[in-house]
Amino acid sequence: MAGKIITISSGKGGVGKTTATANLGLSLAILGKRVTCIDADIGLRNLDVMLGLENRIVYDIINFIEGRCRFRQALVRDKRFPELYMMAAAQTRDKNSITVEDMTKVAREAAEISDFVLIDSPAGIEHGFRYAVAPADLVLIVTNPEVTAVRDADRVIGLLEAEELAPAQLILNRYKPELVRRNEMLDPDTVIDLLAIDLIGIVPEDDKVFGAGNQGRPVALDEHSRAGKAFRNIGRRLTGEDVPFEALRKQTFIQRLFGSR
Amino acid sequence: MDETPITLKGTADGILLKPRSHVWATVLEALEQALKEAEAFFRGSRLIMELGNRELTQDQLASLRALLMRYDIELWAVLSENETTVRLVRSNGVLTRLPKDTEAKKSPDDVLPPEQQALFLQQTLRSGQSIHYAGNVTLIGDVNPGAEIVAGGNIIVWGTLRGVAHAGAFGDEETAICALDLQPSQIRIAGYIGRAPDGRRGSAEPEVARIEGGQIVAEVWGRRG
Repeated sequence: MAGKIITISSGKGGVGKTTATANLGLSLAILGKRVTCIDADIGLRNLDVMLGLENRIVYDIINFIEGRCRFRQALVRDKRFPELYMMAAAQTRDKNSITVEDMTKVAREAAEISDFVLIDSPAGIEHGFRYAVAPADLVLIVTNPEVTAVRDADRVIGLLEAEELAPAQLILNRYKPELVRRNEMLDPDTVIDLLAIDLIGIVPEDDKVFGAGNQGRPVALDEHSRAGKAFRNIGRRLTGEDVPFEALRKQTFIQRLFGSR
Repeated sequence: MDETPITLKGTADGILLKPRSHVWATVLEALEQALKEAEAFFRGSRLIMELGNRELTQDQLASLRALLMRYDIELWAVLSENETTVRLVRSNGVLTRLPKDTEAKKSPDDVLPPEQQALFLQQTLRSGQSIHYAGNVTLIGDVNPGAEIVAGGNIIVWGTLRGVAHAGAFGDEETAICALDLQPSQIRIAGYIGRAPDGRRGSAEPEVARIEGGQIVAEVWGRRG
């Protein structure tokens, strides 16, 4: 049976799409799933760096589309999980090098050999976004608790609904309880109420995410990272497991005192 | 056949244009005339052209788009039974069929005058989405920031209105905008514009906005008198 194709999108840039793609890819691989991550951000490729696979790329997605290599050759195998693959974006080309049909063909082919295909969508709502979401069975919308990011997420959800594309679920990323407490950040309930789609996970702000991304070792691999745990939980929910949501809304005074983070 | 070169109709999906004349220049001319007459109403809306069997050339499509662009109207869909035209339209990134859920929402009969017609919607109106309708609009759901409703008549939002609403778009100053939770970024009634005071969170109760004494006033809905 063909695997599930999931596109990670957001509208706004810089909210953590690539971070989410890398971490969910690893989280699913940890669970023993066969995963293929596709970087659809042609011209601005990043996923390879975040997964620490940059120096292993031989062929990229455009090479395959243009018939310069076979499908398997365009896949880079992860150094930690033999059943996790990544297909790199082409850095020297732009998004017009890919059509909706091309991306659909690549995603379907990847689904033949995977349990999950994760597509890292470019920011924006233009052509890049459109080909990235076209083959999806599910779209994960990443947003931050910021007015601009939520506004753009709303726009993207509207486009998906209007064109009857895949259902969407929400990842609320970079959530900081202490800022919400000081009313400096939108609280999760407000965001969920406005966007009116199902929530699949809240990822707390975690300084470890930055270093991890730079070193090609995403936080999903870090036992002690709260963000890593949140991503692993989302991975489990994607496999159909019923994982209760952590009450990370408001830490009590005692919890803060003893630093349960 | 009568002499009108085009028919234009407001529908839930957008403005529906049916060219009648077979001379393209005449069609464009008539369209421009119609758009000029109600510029404010059409601005920002989207247009669906129903072509039937007739063939459209790239130049014709381009000239239509250029005209619409001047009035800030999006060419959203071209419905055609002609295969060449369908291919051409698609290659220009324009829809050739309406998304299924909106297809059913055809405009009500033209029997009633627009002010007695009403559009009923049950959805979340999201950022970037807009409803343009000549009659009254009732929406069960929220109007999110960045979304807009423009109606010739009244607007009733059974939910939270956070976007833009314009009632009485043809100039009817007797129209009103009602919402369970009224916190719009901007409301307009006929030619008047009202903006929520910065930092206002709105009343927890349903409110009605209408023109009173030359300005838009919002008050809590209650039994009057």
